[in-house]
Amino acid sequence: MPAKGYIEVNELFCKACEICVTDCPFDVLALDMERLTPKGYHPAYMVNPDACTGCGICATVCPDAAITVYRYDRKKAEA
Amino acid sequence: MVLTDTPAKLVYERPEALGTTVTHYCPGCTHGVAHRLVAEVLEEMSEVGNTIGVASVGCSVFAYNYFDFDFVEAAHGRAPAMATGIKRVLPDKTVFTYQGDGDLASIGMGEIVGAASRGELITVVFINNANYGMTGGQMAPTTLPGQKTTSSPTGRDVKRQGYPIQTAELLSTLEGSAYIVRRSLHNSREIRRAKKAIRTAFEVQKKGLGFALVELLSTCPTNWHLTPVEARDWIEERMMPVFPLGDYKISSAVADLKV
Amino acid sequence: MAKELIKGNTAVAEAALRAGLEAYFGYPITPQTELLEHLSARMPELGRPFVQAESELGAINMVYGAACTGKRVMTSSSSPGVSLMMEGLSYIAGTEIPAVLVDVVRGGPGLGNIAPAQGDYNQIVHGGGHGDYHMIVLAPASVQEAVDMTGLAFDLAEKYRYIVTILLDGSIGQMMEPAELPPMQPLKTDVPDWAVRGTNGGEKRVLTSINLDPPAQEVMNLRLMKRWQEIEQNEVRYKEYFLDDAEYVVVGFGTAGRIALSAVRAAREKGIKVGLLRPITVAPFPKDILEELTGKVKAFLVVEMNSGMMLEDVRLVVRGRKPVEFFGRMGGVVPFPDEILTEINQLVEGLLTTEGHPRDRWLARLEKTIG
Repeated sequence: MPAKGYIEVNELFCKACEICVTDCPFDVLALDMERLTPKGYHPAYMVNPDACTGCGICATVCPDAAITVYRYDRKKAEA
Repeated sequence: MVLTDTPAKLVYERPEALGTTVTHYCPGCTHGVAHRLVAEVLEEMSEVGNTIGVASVGCSVFAYNYFDFDFVEAAHGRAPAMATGIKRVLPDKTVFTYQGDGDLASIGMGEIVGAASRGELITVVFINNANYGMTGGQMAPTTLPGQKTTSSPTGRDVKRQGYPIQTAELLSTLEGSAYIVRRSLHNSREIRRAKKAIRTAFEVQKKGLGFALVELLSTCPTNWHLTPVEARDWIEERMMPVFPLGDYKISSAVADLKV
Repeated sequence: MAKELIKGNTAVAEAALRAGLEAYFGYPITPQTELLEHLSARMPELGRPFVQAESELGAINMVYGAACTGKRVMTSSSSPGVSLMMEGLSYIAGTEIPAVLVDVVRGGPGLGNIAPAQGDYNQIVHGGGHGDYHMIVLAPASVQEAVDMTGLAFDLAEKYRYIVTILLDGSIGQMMEPAELPPMQPLKTDVPDWAVRGTNGGEKRVLTSINLDPPAQEVMNLRLMKRWQEIEQNEVRYKEYFLDDAEYVVVGFGTAGRIALSAVRAAREKGIKVGLLRPITVAPFPKDILEELTGKVKAFLVVEMNSGMMLEDVRLVVRGRKPVEFFGRMGGVVPFPDEILTEINQLVEGLLTTEGHPRDRWLARLEKTIG
């Protein structure tokens, strides 16, 4: 099942609260323990990008408006 | 893996009206969600350039730094009076206050009741997180019975310290209030409902239907000594029984409003 | 325009309206209430906002909000109500926006009474609210002067982005006397640069009194203080009566100054070379003329309807170089001209001293009369 969408996390805003990680229905997200944001947090990232549907729940619950959501337009790609 | 060869469309991005300043809010604090919803709603209504916000005293004291439109900063509790002054001289502007529970339901109870009873055409976004956040977690008028805070260290004893104030219920009894609801910010479903309520509350003002207030149950992970995720469960398990979500006042004119 | 017989409170209300008052926010309190009542009828007639607030806290913060839009706005109250407004006044001062307050002073402290007094002098002139700020304080002594000061109050507030307080007392507020009201001015149409109005696509404006960084706060404090120095330079106002050849000078403001004038006239009839200095701006205080008089006269008598508040400002200028005596009545008691004349006589006949404190001597005298 190919990914239906993807997200971008703006690391300027992300504070690693982990709410998006918990709420993602498809376990797409995790905190990146290898990286630190400018504020010193481990940012959220797509650990399992293939499962992303672009549903936007992560962006809805994000308290810092750090997430941008995209959905693939496959019809356009096939056309 | 992000597919670079497949066209993608943007379905959600940070609202421009939120500006680009990183908030001082603690990780997981849902003040940020409330800010974002206000920004989204004002953008969707094309009201950003026509809005004057009134920040209050408490954790949201710097709200004016996080919204990219005109703002004034009120004294503790007085935001509804300040908003009244602005709205009365600039009736075509959209004016809202953003207030916490200590600000609105304790020191500012007189001002909020006055504004609601006069049916001031302002919108109030009211954050209820059951404690005084900014000063480090003291007992608020919304603190739950038994809840430990830094000024109720053995838990709020209702015999000595009284009972929580249910603001939405209280203000809904006033004829001047047109739209009074309580929502929560603890999961995506409730956040969407909260956004719709905020939209309605601003539409009520635009249409001149009366005073509108949205009470939002909000987390305070730091002062509750919980993780951000646990704090959301605490809203559901502990706060919602005392502060039930619901529509407390929908005037007949508001009921006819299509949002 | 012709003179009409009009009550002080009503006259100030009408003068404010004619000076282009765009919104009024107030709360009833005696002896100020007629001001609010007059505007409750007149403002809606002209389609201008009038709000009877839930409290003086509400009223001053409505003024704060409306003043942030750059409109001409005001409130009025009396002593206990003004105490409640102190919080808002400090915030308005800290935000550097113009506003006008009318304080119709009554007897205190506490609930006190509703009789005329001047016991708010320290609260209004020397602070009351928290932090480093000043207000411009105008102290008229008649209904006509109160009318004339009202338009000036708005102009000064806007010129300096300062609060201007018109310090009345219950007698000027309640008294009816002939006064000529100014013609109706059109509403201001210009919006000051700093005023909030919605960005409409432009840069956002934020009006706040918060400055978490102490050095930044200090820069703001410096700006306020430098503007105060400018006000001290430009805006001192006072009235002189019989000062040219005066050997003795009575200093009094507002109603006390006006009553003292009767006493001064009576003393002149008896050949005593006494004059009156009546400060119209009690803040900024007329220091220069007082300094000049200190070099010329034999002694001063300060007369107030309080326990000697302006007295300290006079003493700061005179600095012990000439004797200063004090006479006051407190608690809403208004002095009679005869009482002041007696004090003038004592000044002329008595042993003049620069020792001790004039308040102590006055209290000893007063105790004999009322104790």
